[in-house]
Amino acid sequence: MFTALFNYWVVIVLMMAGLYIVMASGHLVKKIIGLNIFQTSVFILFISMGKVAGGTAPILKDGISVFSNPLPHVLILTAIVVGVATTALGLAIAVRIYEEYGTVEEDDIAEMDNHDQDLDIAEYQRIESGK
Amino acid sequence: MINMVLLMLLLASVYAIIRLDRLLTAVLLTSLFSVLVASIFMVLDAVDVAFTEAAVGAGVSTIFFLAALAIVGRQCKPTPRRKIIAPLIVVSATGCVLLYASLDMPRFGEPLAPVHQHVAPRYLNDSAAEVGPPNIVTSVLASYRGYDTFGEVGVVFTAFIGVLMLLGAGTRRTSIEPPTPTGAPKESMRKKVVLKEVADLVIAPVLIFALYVQWHGDFGPGGGFQAGVIFASGIFLYALIYGIEPAQRLLPPRRLAYFPAIGLLLYAAVGIISMLRGGNFLNYSVLVNDPLHGQHYGILAIELGVGITVAAVMINIFFSFSERSL
Amino acid sequence: MALLLDIVSWITLMIGSFFCITAGVGLLRMPDVYTRAHAGGMIDSMGAGMIFFGLLLQAPDYLIAIKLVFTFFFLLVTSLASIHALAQTVNVAGVNPKLANIVNRLEKNRQKESPPSN
Repeated sequence: MFTALFNYWVVIVLMMAGLYIVMASGHLVKKIIGLNIFQTSVFILFISMGKVAGGTAPILKDGISVFSNPLPHVLILTAIVVGVATTALGLAIAVRIYEEYGTVEEDDIAEMDNHDQDLDIAEYQRIESGK
Repeated sequence: MINMVLLMLLLASVYAIIRLDRLLTAVLLTSLFSVLVASIFMVLDAVDVAFTEAAVGAGVSTIFFLAALAIVGRQCKPTPRRKIIAPLIVVSATGCVLLYASLDMPRFGEPLAPVHQHVAPRYLNDSAAEVGPPNIVTSVLASYRGYDTFGEVGVVFTAFIGVLMLLGAGTRRTSIEPPTPTGAPKESMRKKVVLKEVADLVIAPVLIFALYVQWHGDFGPGGGFQAGVIFASGIFLYALIYGIEPAQRLLPPRRLAYFPAIGLLLYAAVGIISMLRGGNFLNYSVLVNDPLHGQHYGILAIELGVGITVAAVMINIFFSFSERSL
Repeated sequence: MALLLDIVSWITLMIGSFFCITAGVGLLRMPDVYTRAHAGGMIDSMGAGMIFFGLLLQAPDYLIAIKLVFTFFFLLVTSLASIHALAQTVNVAGVNPKLANIVNRLEKNRQKESPPSN
């Protein structure tokens, strides 16, 4: 029981750790690190499911008859490369946000946005009352 | 057993990543995390995946994170205590539900699990006669599930277009000197004698190894995805040691930006040719008279397309980031 | 012959593992960056070397042996270079070895205790 499900439990803990980082941390780059950990946990889940006891890597060779399942390997192999491309996209967005706001802390960005909106509302009210 | 030890190390490194507010250390720990994950994949028989994870996670993605940190700063604010509670509750609740669900999972390594019953037996038993390459992962990736892979390359291409639109293609002219590590006088890293010698020693073998991985993917672990990433990391090494400018003279970003499209179009062209020859899209058996030879040529061609796209995308994204941090 | 090879490779593997564990302890217990870098260098120079030698004795054919030699070569070159870069950067950033501070302090103390006699 313990050894049979240990991989899945570790996957769940990793997944929740990633989710926790995404929710608790205010720094956008740290959030992306959290997303990466979440993503990796899914990779481990798939590869764990593909393992066959006593099997070897799915490369045909004389004298070997038990192979692990190649299908999860294919799915995850492409997913890893897609993952790094999307990570780069996320980081690019973070960089652009930094160039606009001067910070990538979520709270600071929200505060600046709210401040801008307050100014807008004040301006609007001034125009309204002036009419 | 090794598996369990590695998984425990994984948990320890993730705990450290959660606690750290110094992002540079967190990113380096993420790199360690990737190496551990690659070792776990190795133990679980997924050699191709381990290869990819080691090249991508420990190499390329760490470089991207470091490039981003060089722009946005290394320190993040510690999470205030009031913001910890709600995520903790949500995470524990979800975790408990998932743990309960995991009890219904097939046992680890069980040969009779549903995942091994559906299409996997056909791949394992018939791929040698239907497709040819001894590496089943390659034949599934390139031939049986060629549509999937086409889509994935498309996603990589789309992500590249996104980065290009956000950051530019790495063509911005700057007169600013490249940055040196904090607190370091410029003189010290300018010399870098040892690093330059080692880079000279290593870069050429890295690039050749990338080509080996590209063409040997039918027989051993490897293929276009891994080869592209390894090739890109060789170029990164060059750019990191000798500076961005020589690397950009070597591979002008404006021209390099066409290559992701060229790779993707090469992939699509193989599909179109197989359609013109009377087969389905991406059915390589009709490419030449002998179906097995056709499969072999088709796989080589699309792996080349994948390799070109991935390498060009990674190098271009690196250029885009690095010119912003100047 | 096969038994002898097995015994030798086991012994070298054990010695290699011992050096790796020593290096790990060193990384945790050493006082400053420089001594830690030294401990980290230990992994490559002795630990990995011994382990690769042990594996080399177990290699079934020449191709795998050559691959092992190549791997060891690149591991040696790259990680020692990275340790060098780390120590160099830290040195340039102005961090003194702790041992140097201790030596300085001892010298100052000695000077205080025995004022120049003239």
